This record gives sequence, C-alpha cells and structure tokens, in this order.
Amino acid sequence: MPDATPSSLAAFADTEPAPTTPGAPGRIAAVLRRDPAATVAAAVLLLIAAAAVFAPWIAPFDPALPLDVEARAQPPSSIHWLGTDPLTRDLLSRILFGARVSLGISFLAVLVATIVGTAWGALAGYVGGWVDRVLMSVVDAGLAIPRILLLLGIVAFWRTLSAPALVVVLGLTGWFGASRLVRAEVQAARRRDFAIAARASGASPARVLVRHVLPHAMTPMLVAATLGVGQVVVIEAGLAFLGYGVAAPAASWGNIIRDGREVLATAWWVSVFPGIALALTVLAINVLGDRLRAALGAPQLPAP
Amino acid sequence: MATWLVKRLAQGLVVIVLTTTITFFLIHAAPGEPFAGLLDDPRTTQQMRDAHRARYGLDRPLVVQYARFVASIGTGNLGESFTYHRPVADVLGDAIPRTLLLMGAAMLVGFAAGIALGTAQGARPGGWLDRITGSMAVLVASLPDFWLALLALLLFAATWRILPVSGFSDPTLSASAPLVVRAGDVLRHLTLPAGTLGLLVAAIVSRYQRAALIDVLPEPWLRTARAKGVPRHAVIFRHALRNALLPTITLGGLAVPALLGGAVFVEVTFAWQGMGSLAVQAVGDRDYPLVLAIVLLSSALVVAGAIVADVVHAIADPRQRHA
Amino acid sequence: MTSPADVLLRVTDLRTHFHLGGEVARAVDGVSFDIHAGETVGMVGESGCGKSVTALSLLRLVDPPGRIEPGSRIEFEGRDLLALDNEGIRRIRGNRIAMVFQEPMTALNPVFSIGDQVAEVARVHAGASRKAAWERAVEMLNLVGIPDPRERAKAYPHQLSGGMRQRVLIAMALVMNPSLLIADEPTTALDVTIQAQILELLASLQQKLGLAVLLITHDLGVVAEVTSRVLVMYGGQVVERAPVRELFANPRHPYTRGLLQAMPRLGDHRDRLAVIPGTVPPPTRWPSGCRFRDRCPYAWERCATEAPPEYPAGNGHGARCHLVDEPARDVALAAPVA
Ligand SMILES: Nc1ncnc2c1ncn2[C@@H]1O[C@H](COP(=O)(O)OP(=O)(O)OP(=O)(O)O)[C@@H](O)[C@H]1O
Ligand code: SF4
Ligand SMILES: [Mg+2]
Repeated sequence: MPDATPSSLAAFADTEPAPTTPGAPGRIAAVLRRDPAATVAAAVLLLIAAAAVFAPWIAPFDPALPLDVEARAQPPSSIHWLGTDPLTRDLLSRILFGARVSLGISFLAVLVATIVGTAWGALAGYVGGWVDRVLMSVVDAGLAIPRILLLLGIVAFWRTLSAPALVVVLGLTGWFGASRLVRAEVQAARRRDFAIAARASGASPARVLVRHVLPHAMTPMLVAATLGVGQVVVIEAGLAFLGYGVAAPAASWGNIIRDGREVLATAWWVSVFPGIALALTVLAINVLGDRLRAALGAPQLPAP
Repeated sequence: MATWLVKRLAQGLVVIVLTTTITFFLIHAAPGEPFAGLLDDPRTTQQMRDAHRARYGLDRPLVVQYARFVASIGTGNLGESFTYHRPVADVLGDAIPRTLLLMGAAMLVGFAAGIALGTAQGARPGGWLDRITGSMAVLVASLPDFWLALLALLLFAATWRILPVSGFSDPTLSASAPLVVRAGDVLRHLTLPAGTLGLLVAAIVSRYQRAALIDVLPEPWLRTARAKGVPRHAVIFRHALRNALLPTITLGGLAVPALLGGAVFVEVTFAWQGMGSLAVQAVGDRDYPLVLAIVLLSSALVVAGAIVADVVHAIADPRQRHA
Repeated sequence: MTSPADVLLRVTDLRTHFHLGGEVARAVDGVSFDIHAGETVGMVGESGCGKSVTALSLLRLVDPPGRIEPGSRIEFEGRDLLALDNEGIRRIRGNRIAMVFQEPMTALNPVFSIGDQVAEVARVHAGASRKAAWERAVEMLNLVGIPDPRERAKAYPHQLSGGMRQRVLIAMALVMNPSLLIADEPTTALDVTIQAQILELLASLQQKLGLAVLLITHDLGVVAEVTSRVLVMYGGQVVERAPVRELFANPRHPYTRGLLQAMPRLGDHRDRLAVIPGTVPPPTRWPSGCRFRDRCPYAWERCATEAPPEYPAGNGHGARCHLVDEPARDVALAAPVA
C-alpha cells in the first residue's frame, strides 16, 4: 500500500515500493546511462545542488543585505537579474542561498526519516506478533494525520525553529511510509531461505537482519528516499510559506515566496522565481524517482 | 462484510485515539505557552497568567488534563476555544462544511478529469495525446500546492479579474438574496480554490488511471469482448474501464490526507474560511482545544475515507462482494 | 466431395507476420484452406506452429506488431473479410463467425455477470432490448446445459468452475446462430471428464444448429472423434490436409506420422505431443527449404534447397513434402498407426 501521508498533493501517489533486488547502486547507474529523461533530471539536480553548495561564491550580492534605501521591490534588471524582494535584497542571491537551506534541510530530514523508519519497520517486521501490531498502529496513526497539520502543531507549539530542529521535526514526521516499506521487505526476506539458513547456522538476529535482510530493502528504500526528498522540499517550503520556517533574515525558498505574497500584485517576480526553482527541483526529483521505479520494475498501482 | 466493517471501524477508532493522544502530549509537553496573543504581551502579569491557566485547567498535572480531555470528548464536548471564547464545536461548525465542500469539489473535478484523461491516454499509450497529457501531468504533479494557488491568485486577481480570489462568499450580498443567487456566489468563490486543488488531483489520478487501464488491456477477456463484436469504444469504456476503475477507487480513499493537507494551503491563500485556515490560525494562537479538535476531525476524515473506499471497492468488485 | 457453392470460408495464402523491431516473426506464412457449411475441420500441430494466430487472423483480431500481410485473402460467405472496414468486421465477429478460446478461467470479464456477458452479444448484434437479450442469454445457458440457468445467469465468472465457464463461452458464441465457430483448444485447460462433456456438447450443438466448426487442438484423439477433415500445421504452414480417415490410414508427411506415433493409446492420457525429437524453430528463423528438415528422418539435399509445395495425393489429400513427389524415398510409407 502506498504511503498515505504525503507532504503535499504532489506526493500522495508516489511511494509504492520498488522491487527488491540487491546491487541497487549499480542498477541505478545503468538506468541513468540508458534513459535520457532520467539523465536530464539527474543533471538538473546536480546543477541545483552545485548552486546550493557554491552559493557563497556565485551569488552576486549578500542575500541578507538590503541594497537600496528606497524600500520597494525592484523588477528584474541587468544588475538584479531576478529583481529584488520588498526589502531590496537581491532575489537571485536569496534563491541561491535559499537552495542551501531548502535542499540541505530536506536531504538531512530524509536521512533521519530513513533511519528511523528503517529501525522501526525492521523491528516490527522482524519481531512480529503483538510488538508488530503496536508499532504498526503508531504508523497508521501517523499516516492518518495530514503531515502539514502534524508539523504545524509541533513547530508552532515548540517554537524552536533552528535549522537542526527543523531537520529533526521534518524527519520525525516523515518516516511512517519508510517503516511500512522496510517492514514488508523484512517480512518477505524472513520467509526466504537464506535468512532462515543464516539463523539456523547460529547468527544473531541482529546480524541476520543487517547482513542478510536489509540489503534487499535497498532498492525500494533508495527510490522512496529520492521521492521523499521531493516531498520534504515542498513541505519545508510550505511551512516557511505559513511563517514557520527558518528564522529571518535567512532565506529559504518558502519564506521568499512568503515575502512575495504580500506584494504579489505589484512585484510578481518575488514569489514566482523561487517557486520556479522549487518546482524545477521537485520535477527533476519526481522524474528521476519515477524512471528509477519504472526501470526497476515496481508496480504502479496500489494494492487493492 | 458486517464483521469486516466492525473490525475496520474498531481499527479506525484506535487510529483516531492514537493520533489525538500523540498530538495532545506533543502540544502540552511543548515549552510554548497557550493563549499566544494574550500571554506574549509583556504587560500581562503573572497573576493574570495563573488565573487564565486555572480557568482552563492547565495548572493540573498533564495526566489529569488528559483524563479530563478524554472524558469531555467522550461526552461529545470538544471544549472551549481559547481565542474565540466559544465552544470549539461552534467555531468548527461553519468551517467543516466549507472544507468538505472544497475537498468534495476538488475530488469531483480532479477524479472526473483525471479518469477521463487517464483513460484517453491508456486507450492509446504512446500516442500524441498520451505523451502531451503525460508530460503535463508529471509537471503539474510537481508544482507545490501553495505556489500554484499563488499563481492562480496572481493571474486572476491582477490580470484577468473574472473570478473572485478570496473568501467564501460576497460579503455585500444580502442574506435575503434568493438561494440560487447565494449558491451561485459561493460557487464562483469556490471555483479557484477547488480548481487549484482539483488540478493537482487530476494530475495524479490521470497517471494512476492510465497505468490501471494499460494493466488490464492485455487481459484475455478483452479479446473475448472484441471477438464477440463489441465496438471498440465499448471494449474500452465498458469492459476495460470498469475493471481499471477499481484501483482508482482505492486511490480515492488514500487521497483524503493529501487533500486535507492541500486544503490548508489553498484555504490560506484564497482566504477560504475552512478548517485548514482555521488550523493555521489556531496553531498561531496556540489554541489547544481548537487544534486538538481539528486533528481529531482530520484523522476521523482520513479513517472514514479509507473505509468508504474499501466499501465502495468491495461493492464494485463482484469477486469481493461474493467472497 | 462438396461443390464450391457450399464453401463457407476460403482462406488463400494467409500470411500473418509480427514485426518485432528488426526481426519479422512469420507466425502464419502462406496458409490456405476451405471450410464448407456444416462441416467440422480439425487443425492440429505442436505449440507455436501458428494455429491461434491463424484463428485470430480470421476475425482480424491480431494486434500490432502483428499484421496480416498484403496478398492474403479471407473470403467468408462470399465477402472479402480483409476488405471490410472496422465496422464491417465487427458485424461479423460473434455474429456470423464466433470464437471460443482456450482459457475459460480468464476469458470472461470478472466484473460482469455471465448473463450480462452472454446477453451483450444479442444487444450489440441484434439491437435487442435489455430484457429480450437477457431472455436470450438464459435460453442459451440452458442450451449449453447449465443447470438452473435463470438463477445462474446472475452469477459472476469467479463463482463457476472451469467447465461451466467454458459452457458460458460456448453459449456466448452461439447467441447469433453463427455459421462458423472457431474453437481454439476449447478443452485443453479442463480435466479429462469435463473435456469429454464439452466435446460432446460441441458435437451435439454442431448437429443441432448445423454450424461449421474449426476445431483447433493438440489432441489427435479428439480429431479422430469429431472432425471430418484435418489440417496439420507446422512452421506457420499447412503441411498436410486430408479427410480424417485418410489421414490416419495414410499419413504422407513425416511430421504427421510423428504426431500419430506420439498419440496416446486408449486409456493412456498424455495431452501433449512430445515424442518428435527436436523443437519447433522460432518463427523469426525458419530453415530454408523444408521447415521440418531439422527434425525429419527422411531429409535429403533437395529438402534443404527447395521448399516443398503442397503436392496433391488424391482424394482431397495433400502434403508439403518432397516424398510425395519422390515416393521411392518413402521407405516407411506403409506404416500407418490407428
Ligand atoms: N503478439 C505476438 N508477438 C510476437 N509473436 C507472436 C505473438 N503472438 C504469437 N506470436 C508467435 O507466433 C507463433 C505462433 O503462435 P500461436 O499462438 O499461433 O501458436 P499455437 O499454434 O496456437 O500454439 P499453442 O498450441 O501453444 O496455442 C509463436 O511462435 C509465437 O511466438
Ligand atoms: S520435404 Fe524433406 S525434410 Fe521436409 S518433411 Fe518431406 S522429407 Fe522431411
Ligand atoms: Mg494457441
């Protein structure tokens, strides 16, 4: 069954498991070589990631520095390629620095979610019985609250909006789908002979799990994590859009869009350009994730 | 079927209780204070704070508060909103139908368009329609909902001005205006929010429907249908689609949390006074009872969506009906 | 012998090829035969020799990358089926020519009741009302021996056994009183007692309704029992044709002889013909000359260089084998198996 807690509408159909085959990295590289759409998507992502990493060197202006006394958003010009925001900060620079925040936070959050989800799902799938039922009902509950509501609750009430705190919070609200996936893989692997054989030969359960069972969950996890980054980028931006992102004056794509919301009618560029960056990133991730999933032969439909 | 339904309802109840409990402790254990507006004001004295906390029972131990919360929910009382000083049920009374209207309209539009497009695509995979619609769907499905809403706002508020971009109805319209006029007014206000949300739904549904149809096309019973002289359109629409709609029904149930999440942004952007914008506001005000009630209702909706989808699926699929 | 006037179906040089990227699979490659009104013709051959593709071609049900090649001719009741537009061939399907497939478990749509599926034929071809079509469906279900047809019509495919489903498919095929029924291995998927019942049913219906039947099967025993003429297929071609008795008494093609030798004796039920050594080559790479020569014990140089035409052997008997042309080489000619 697909993950039912998407960060946004864009994601709700996107987390069916990819098939289980070891050697995922090699096969993914093969997909990238063969499939032009996947190659382009990967190249776009690399470019965006590079822009994020090298923002301090390539950004033309200080992203936090108002440049003009006349406090009005400037339209795109030869000096400010993408214009400025209402505080006359250079938009291109803010978007470049925003990429650091948006992508960095999302990537790390997915890492957290993957670790938590793997541990949780592996435990449930491996131990089984009532432990499994209890652990999985927590997952069901997590999947039954729209993620944005859960996040709003946590973020607003906890009032801690440092970037690391955001990573943790985004990670802790995003592992439910991953845990289901891992649980299913573990259950399937447990039934396979080699895990049984390994256990019979006296290996400890933890060792069997890590050495024999989890490697089979690699491919679906990688695909799910790829798509997961796309979801978190959107949800992080959404939170910032609602005013619960990283604190000003730091830029994230979401809070730039928020800054532009008030001046939408007079300065469309402030919201539109960071939105394009956001959409392009998500598009590239979705295309890449889809192609990987298709190439690795995963089902496209939810189980009835 | 009856025992199955009872079991599903029981499972759903467990989920709802869990979500509410988790949220309850998350909120109360948080370092922030309730009554954001009032208590953040530096002029508020400690005495006023304490009086306020006592009034809502927030000075009691957390477990006691939880017990009281559960007891009150058990009697159907959702508590009193900190910010509105009215029963939560009253505050939500107006908001819920608006959100349901928005979600319902978005689902209707999104599934109708998505199924139509996906079917047209799946009937001729690889054709020009399939390729164009397919790329559009991938693109649209990648657009963040709040940004798409902003774009719509930008186009319709600043450029086209043919549809209202904010609110639920025209405040200048007299309440004594004929029902048709008022309904028409709501419908006009609904168009952009529901259209935005519906567009996103359509993008996803079309991809599912396409895959579902392509999945059934090689089935031998479709060859039987052709061999008995059923016209091509009936082979696709009667025989293939009827089967290919089954997974889409499941998708309908799974879409509820996503629609609720999307509704939050769309409501905020278009000032649609529903549960989503209320949630954002309640969170900002740290209005505990209101937030808890919204979480409770949302998870109930999600659970209900999944059960309804399963029931509809079971009714639509004779293999399950007679199982 | 029948006069040309009763020729119901005349297939001339039918070639159906699958264009698979660079390769071409010549699944059916120059098949010609006639079927006369009211007769039962058997079509036998190993798996992959093109029987199903031939059958599907008759109703133009072959999908791309498959294609009926130009130059092929299919005349039915005096009409050129390959010249009809889509609507024209649709009016033939299920109406004048009906088809029953091999897999009864998957040949019925799981979400419609069997009554609906039988009734649909009357609705699309006779424009019958919902009620009239349903009545017709019940009548047909009764005809094919489904007990309590009025109730059973409301059942769904998953509620029926394989044999019952095959009866439903036969009922569906006969709604419009077609003049030709193509039955593609209608009993292969069923167990032995059910097979016999279905064959009996087909034979009795054929008598009662006077329809012609093209019966495709692996089972020469079935052929011996219910058909009057036989077409033996190999490599996408008809390699031998003969009246059934003649074929069993005097097989001329080494492939046919192999099939007959592999035929199970009474009481010995094997349903696959496996004794001929070697396998059918892939249809993308037929051997030059005679397509059977890799597996043929008689093969000599001529077989490799010259594709055998169909040599007439008298009495409506013919075989695509140079042995007919050079009987001296046919040392085992008198080894019939019956
Ligand atoms: N859709 C297709 N695409 C490519 N090749 C095909 C297709 N359908 C059939 N063929 C090829 O055509 C050849 C003849 O197939 P056909 O199904 O007619 O065999 P058959 O005689 O009916 O065998 P069986 O006894 O197994 O039913 C086979 O080699 C098969 O691989
Ligand atoms: S033509 Fe030659 S190879 Fe072919 S069947 Fe006859 S004898 Fe055998
Ligand atoms: Mg066949």
